[in-house]
Amino acid sequence: HLTVTEPVAVLKADEVWGALRGLETFSQLVHEDDYGSFLVNESEIDDFPRFAHRGILLDTSRHYLPLKSILTNLDAMAFNKFNVLHWHIVDDQSFPYQSIYFPELSDKGAYSYNHIYTPADVQLVIEYARLRGIRVIPEFDTPGHTQSWGKGQKDLLTPCYNGEQPTGSFGPVNPILNTTYDFMTKFFKEISSVFPDAYIHLGGDEVNFDCWRSNPEVKEFMKKQGFGTDYAKLESYYIQKILDIVSSYNKGYMVWQEVFDNRAQLKPDTVVQVWMQNNYAHELSSVTGAGFTAILAAPWYLDYISYGQDWKKYYSVEPLNFPGSEKQKKLLIGGEACLWGEFVDATNLTPRLWPRASAVGERLFVTDLHDAYKRLTNHRCRMLR
Amino acid sequence: LFADAVWGALRGLETFSQLVGRDENGTYYINETEIVDFPRFAHRGLLLDTSRHYLPLKAILETLDVMAYNKFNVFHWHIVDDPSFPYESLTFPELSKQGAFNAMTHVYTADDVQTVIEYARLRGIRVIAEFDTPGHTLSWGPGAPGLLTPCYLGKDPSGTYGPINPILNSTYQFVSGLFQEVSTVFPDFFLHLGGDEVDFTCWKSNPKIRAFMREMGFGEDYKKLESFYIQRLLDIISSLGKGYIVWQEVFDNSVEVRPDTIIHVWKENPTPYMQEMANVTKAGYRALLSAPWYLNRISYGQDWMAAYKVEPLDFEGSPEQKHRVIGGEACMWGEYVDVTNLAPRLWPRAGAVAERLWSNATVRNLQDAYVRLADFRCKLLGRGVQAQPLYVGYCEHEFGG
Repeated sequence: HLTVTEPVAVLKADEVWGALRGLETFSQLVHEDDYGSFLVNESEIDDFPRFAHRGILLDTSRHYLPLKSILTNLDAMAFNKFNVLHWHIVDDQSFPYQSIYFPELSDKGAYSYNHIYTPADVQLVIEYARLRGIRVIPEFDTPGHTQSWGKGQKDLLTPCYNGEQPTGSFGPVNPILNTTYDFMTKFFKEISSVFPDAYIHLGGDEVNFDCWRSNPEVKEFMKKQGFGTDYAKLESYYIQKILDIVSSYNKGYMVWQEVFDNRAQLKPDTVVQVWMQNNYAHELSSVTGAGFTAILAAPWYLDYISYGQDWKKYYSVEPLNFPGSEKQKKLLIGGEACLWGEFVDATNLTPRLWPRASAVGERLFVTDLHDAYKRLTNHRCRMLR
Repeated sequence: LFADAVWGALRGLETFSQLVGRDENGTYYINETEIVDFPRFAHRGLLLDTSRHYLPLKAILETLDVMAYNKFNVFHWHIVDDPSFPYESLTFPELSKQGAFNAMTHVYTADDVQTVIEYARLRGIRVIAEFDTPGHTLSWGPGAPGLLTPCYLGKDPSGTYGPINPILNSTYQFVSGLFQEVSTVFPDFFLHLGGDEVDFTCWKSNPKIRAFMREMGFGEDYKKLESFYIQRLLDIISSLGKGYIVWQEVFDNSVEVRPDTIIHVWKENPTPYMQEMANVTKAGYRALLSAPWYLNRISYGQDWMAAYKVEPLDFEGSPEQKHRVIGGEACMWGEYVDVTNLAPRLWPRAGAVAERLWSNATVRNLQDAYVRLADFRCKLLGRGVQAQPLYVGYCEHEFGG
């Protein structure tokens, strides 16, 4: 609650995070007159966010993002009242996260020694974010999207076969070996202590089954487990073991929608991230209908650039436009604007993300929307300053 | 390095600079080499739009640097348009006073313009200014009362304005005065006169213009009125001793132009641009290609490939016709572009166009081009250019790293 009168302005909030948002609002009320004096009009504002989870996804695997660009972006997020940085830190292409227990992962998996986040770098990001009221949720996406992990961790990935012979290439994490789970147990122990947030994102998207299918040992395992030829069951088998590992460290987890779609057994406080564009409203109904918390990303893939004022289509998304009860709607706790990194690095991150993400930010914070174009162009000029 | 003219020497120096490598110990080296090179097309241009958004001088100069790295040799300066008039005219100071976004901060002074021209010249880049008329001139109105056509709603003026008013003598006096100045300010032989997208609605609504149409026997064909204006404009420019480039509508609308006019092909419909290139060159005019190279039209993915694959001479025609294609231009229209995103949006994508215009027609392997363009992009980063990535990967030294 912000009151601006003479001689003082008073900002009241239940928590320090509310105070941060209020300070941002106050900063936006300040304007300059023709003589260069700064003014604030007498005001009284009562504000609170509509959704609790308002996130930005950054991808530092497809392209390394220097620390400075991440920090600049955290500033911009704070200007837009975003409160979650979903750090998609590693993926197929590179492994920039320097692990304390497994230094080989980045030694062999990063693009180069200059393309690494040291433990100090990671702590810097986390603290910089915290001071701006932004949670950092790391994503270590498995079992797919893990090519770069195999460089520094032998036997982690499944060897693909052509008939009887290994082809020399590798697929997703190998779900049938004990060593896989030994590794994951130790690895996620580190992650759980490095990242203080209550949640870790475990990925689980786009697992290609071809390599598993080709591997004779995997096929043998499928038979033994009675999975038949349903590799979704193998995927769920793997995921469930990872979820259990992570739970044992008292962390909650977020997963991409496939994990839910493929019927893995999830703890009730799992957060499912809906990202597939096709009929996402239906997916939101299913996820919340099954009692799980959901986050919406599907309509907000900001890496999908196109010519013109595309911010309008991001702005016009109504997250609660899906068939469901009051109770279900409450389970949609927010959303994320995603900037995947295939075509993005520090040279174009800022202009590609802002102010388009601002449209998402307002959609997630505000209940009553109006005059968006005028306010967004003013906000854009403000961010330039 | 041997070259016939200093411009060739400049290109050769650029080539030389790109041959320099660095080994693991940090030592710079260069391989024994012999290269003979020359451009395929003589006109290799880049268009910047400083009306939809003002571009600070520094951004223009940086762009000229990178153009030189890419062997571009023409800077097509689309300096004014509907939204703003940043060109400070000595003859008509009110134009920018009333027409710029901000007459103090968003203008190009006479000094600024000379700076651009000389900076470009030292890099072997010609500056061709475009003062687009009779359409695209809304920003001219406030500083030149009576220049634009008042639109009518029935019997009364609606308060809005349309293209330049072609029926008034004062129009031609004004245009004469302005282009007299522009001809002296810009040393290049060619001026770009625009002539695109003239909306006839306003002319049609104005009773005095309708009367003029009747007097001249133009019937209902407003293309004839457009031609009437353009022809007088072209005569003025010719008398000033300049040549001219015009957008394709001038040709499409059968305006009578001098044989040495250059037609700038930009539209993809209704006539496919390759067909337009054939038509223009068949009619005996020289042609510039831009249609497939509108770099402002961004889309997801590696769109540089589509730009690279274009073959400017891919139309049915005689060798003489093909010779009339003197080159092309990559265009960065400014509706969604200003200094915050100009460099990453231009580079390295414009490099694909630059190679297409410089290199032999046989140089078109995409995989090979990818490797070279990605490598060149890392070089650009090393030179401080905010060039965006082509695809996943990395450079030794990242931007801001």
